[in-house]
Amino acid sequence: MTEKKIYDIVIIGGGPGGLSAAKSAAENGAKSILVLERDREVGGILQQCVHNGFGLHHFKEELTGPGYAQKCYDLVKDRLEVEIMTDTMVLHIRESEGTKVVTAVNPKNGLMNVEGKTVILTMGCRERTRGAIRIPGYRPAGVYTAGAAQRMVNMEGYLPGHKIVILGSGDIGLIMARRMSLEGCKVEAVLEICPFSNGLTRNIVQCLNDYDIPLYLSHTITGIKGKDRVEGVTVSKVDDKMRPIAGTEFDIDCDTILLSVGLIPENELSRELGVAIHPRTNGPVVDQHRETSMDGVFAAGNVVHVHDLVDFVSDEAEIAGKFAAIKANGEAQPAKKDIAVNPGDGVNTCVPQHIRLADGADESVRLFMRARSPERKVTLHITDANGDVMKKPLPIVKPSEMIAVDIPAAKVKALAGDVTVSIEGGK
Amino acid sequence: MKKKADVVVIGGGITGTAVLAALARYDLECVLVEREPDISMGTTKANSAVLHAGFDAPTGSMKAKMNARGNEMYHELADEFGLDIKWTGSYVCASDDEGVKTLEELKARGEANGVKGLEIIAGDKVRDKEPNLSKDIKAALWAPTAGICWPFGMAIAFAENAIANGAEVVRECEATGIRVEDGKVTAVETTQGDIETRFVVDAAGVYADAVAAMAGDKSFTINPRKGEYILFDKTAKDSLVSSVVFPVPTKTSKGILVCATTHGNVFIGPNAQDDCGREDVSVTPAGMDEIIAGAKRLVPNIPMGASITEFAGLRAVSSTGDFILGESDAADGLLLAAGIQSPGLTSAPAIAEYLTDIIVKKTGAKERTNYVKGHKAAPVFREASDEEKAALIAKDARYGRVICRCETITEGEIVEAIHGLCGATTVDGVKRRTRAGMGRCQGGFCGPRVIEILSRELGKRVPEIRKDGVKSYMYYDKSYDGGDAK
Amino acid sequence: MAIEKKVMNCIMCPMGCELTATIEDGTVTSVVGNTCPRGAKYAKDELTHPMRMLTSTVRIDGGALHLLPVVSKTTLPKGMILDCAEELRGVVAKAPVHVGDVIVPNILGLGVDIVASRDMAAV
Repeated sequence: MTEKKIYDIVIIGGGPGGLSAAKSAAENGAKSILVLERDREVGGILQQCVHNGFGLHHFKEELTGPGYAQKCYDLVKDRLEVEIMTDTMVLHIRESEGTKVVTAVNPKNGLMNVEGKTVILTMGCRERTRGAIRIPGYRPAGVYTAGAAQRMVNMEGYLPGHKIVILGSGDIGLIMARRMSLEGCKVEAVLEICPFSNGLTRNIVQCLNDYDIPLYLSHTITGIKGKDRVEGVTVSKVDDKMRPIAGTEFDIDCDTILLSVGLIPENELSRELGVAIHPRTNGPVVDQHRETSMDGVFAAGNVVHVHDLVDFVSDEAEIAGKFAAIKANGEAQPAKKDIAVNPGDGVNTCVPQHIRLADGADESVRLFMRARSPERKVTLHITDANGDVMKKPLPIVKPSEMIAVDIPAAKVKALAGDVTVSIEGGK
Repeated sequence: MKKKADVVVIGGGITGTAVLAALARYDLECVLVEREPDISMGTTKANSAVLHAGFDAPTGSMKAKMNARGNEMYHELADEFGLDIKWTGSYVCASDDEGVKTLEELKARGEANGVKGLEIIAGDKVRDKEPNLSKDIKAALWAPTAGICWPFGMAIAFAENAIANGAEVVRECEATGIRVEDGKVTAVETTQGDIETRFVVDAAGVYADAVAAMAGDKSFTINPRKGEYILFDKTAKDSLVSSVVFPVPTKTSKGILVCATTHGNVFIGPNAQDDCGREDVSVTPAGMDEIIAGAKRLVPNIPMGASITEFAGLRAVSSTGDFILGESDAADGLLLAAGIQSPGLTSAPAIAEYLTDIIVKKTGAKERTNYVKGHKAAPVFREASDEEKAALIAKDARYGRVICRCETITEGEIVEAIHGLCGATTVDGVKRRTRAGMGRCQGGFCGPRVIEILSRELGKRVPEIRKDGVKSYMYYDKSYDGGDAK
Repeated sequence: MAIEKKVMNCIMCPMGCELTATIEDGTVTSVVGNTCPRGAKYAKDELTHPMRMLTSTVRIDGGALHLLPVVSKTTLPKGMILDCAEELRGVVAKAPVHVGDVIVPNILGLGVDIVASRDMAAV
């Protein structure tokens, strides 16, 4: 057990969320910030996302994943306030007499208890597995989550196989379809159980269409063949309840199955700490400053809700960093008004779930939402106890693409009672 | 591999390894041959992991005798071998009058079988202990001597104890023939050469009939019966059970249970599917539906969102319906441990004792004077106190690097598992020894890292590392490479 | 005069605007549906000479990791992407490398450099 110092902020996870939070916290007056990262270097999952398409919103330039990670790192690496510890796993976080005690371990320092006035949770998310979606068949080698395969291909230098079937049309699956094609492998098909893709349109175009890879909507794997190594899959069409339709089966020969079937916020530490978790986002309930249900515990990025754009992760983490710094410096004003933000018709999730306002607060609030289903020409409608707050026409909404909308400061100040956000005018 | 032995054990499941450990107490040269890259890869890796109290089998049957003795022995072996066992007790739950009547029969049979502490308790009392059980449950048979265990860990402990006492475990070595001369066993032929021997123990699980037939014993057949399972994350524990909960048994099986594991997970299953062949361990949609429906009769609200994996195992059901134990009539020196379905796991040490007694009597073997007792379990980081953790890291810094985040398994534990006396050579071998990859992300995070550690510690290239089976290679070199990218 | 309308999704950024291009006698005369000027340019390019960015990895000797992620400095002709990817499979960089360093100049004579996506320290 070493370390007696109390940090202003301890940040759990050194991905884009953690690094952006650290940068913002330092800019907003935090004097001592410790970032704990479990991998051999910071940057998180971005280091294996070698493709481009990152950074247009946040850095106003198009970057690759490693390029984005590099930018985030470059912005903090020379700041004296920020200390980074890699190869370090956080085992527990607990509250003790007003400070947060973080138990972590690494080969160099051994087991440590580090204390922070505040904590920012930026642990990101993990991939759903075969088991979570119950694919029938054998359990041979050759079934990987897309992200695990991506690490092997892009960072370790190995291929998961040569004839690939991808289950799930989430972005990681689509990106891997292109990646495997560029590595000289044959991607036989991408299967999606939903009647629509869960990936960004640009990824359908440039990852599948460009390489003539067929996308089967409303299809899933109903059998895996091969005992030691995958030899093929049986594919079935599904009905509107996502149940396989008998008689629609066909086989595809392949040696590899990549799963891109969703991401789950990684909240084991948060749960153990006692932070309230939202049942739909599977992430901490947060206010507009990304403070959780526990005083001085902040959360941002994919640990709060799964994002499709890292740019928004950085935006959100900068908010968390700023307000954690204010809290650590004892400058936070007590909230006098607590307004719940609830998803209404057509909206699946909405973050933040609360707007907490101090007396005289003058701040705009950005809401992030996900639609329930793909719709065209709809209106995003925000209401409170008095009726309309604002309306915004949207040409198109998709569950795969997060919607961001700002409530201007004047309207925030005038909010009365709880807020409901709905999407109106769809089919 | 030894070219000459006193006893060759065929099959490295819980039965074969328990036999090997029992034989290792004596001054006998023993070899165990296993066709897979690891021990405990057949029925031992996919079963309910329950140590049964012993009220199911007909009184007087081998199953009944071995179950009672085995259960008793595990209570002693647990400490000696560092076995992961929790004596949770079990409930058989009845929801109607007919079922309650069956409970009475089970209790009477259990008492005749020598099972202690059996008690029929009212539904409300059961729900006091297991609050998530169905309101429909009227009564249950409570068996305090039942428990749950970690079967792979037990097989490995038995194997490593035997190795410490001079036995040899040869993996990826398939028995292809048994030589019998003048009615006596003289050798076992394997894919790695012949071993001269006087005794063969057939512990070949679903292939036990095929192995017996090699020595001319065609007196029985094995008809595997498949059982499928769904495993749940630890977070689901509070909405399921903390012990072993059975329905009232049917003729063919003890039914679909809801059962805790020694590491805080819960599983549901198994169903019972006959005529499935000897290799079919696939899970099926119909099977999943069947076990979910079955489990819901015990626990109405199954948190399906928390399922983390599904698997299937084969029960080695014999044509006699009972365990087939002891000397074969067909060849002198062939000892059978066949038809080892449930309660095989519970019976394993008793079966080992029974067969070892026969061999010791026939050979006059003496107890080993330098016998190494028991087995020391490797350090488990997540279960260690803070002081112990610090000491582990001080001794070996690799205990400070967590590889599997879901189960908090360190590099130190993985390295230890690879270099054990019967060490892991595959990714699933590491999983069975350490639990790395057994948690909610199912190796998504740690898989590539475990492969890298296996590669380094075994001195093999990454494309040579396998998941589990003989040909279960995981990753390939990139085509441009022509060699190791490292 | 042949007038044709083509509907496509812009891939210049993750917004994925749906564009409708009007083509008159092989010339793109109008593009609607774009929210920024890059959309109009994309539609015109896509219908006449489609271009793509290329991202991949190359081996790196003496670096902290085995592979270095790389990116084309600007877009390449879509039809040449697989050839360029194959070319990169034979490339070995040498650490240390800084983000933006040219790893392959003028790949396949197409006038585009392949550059490092990140720093890679030597070990």
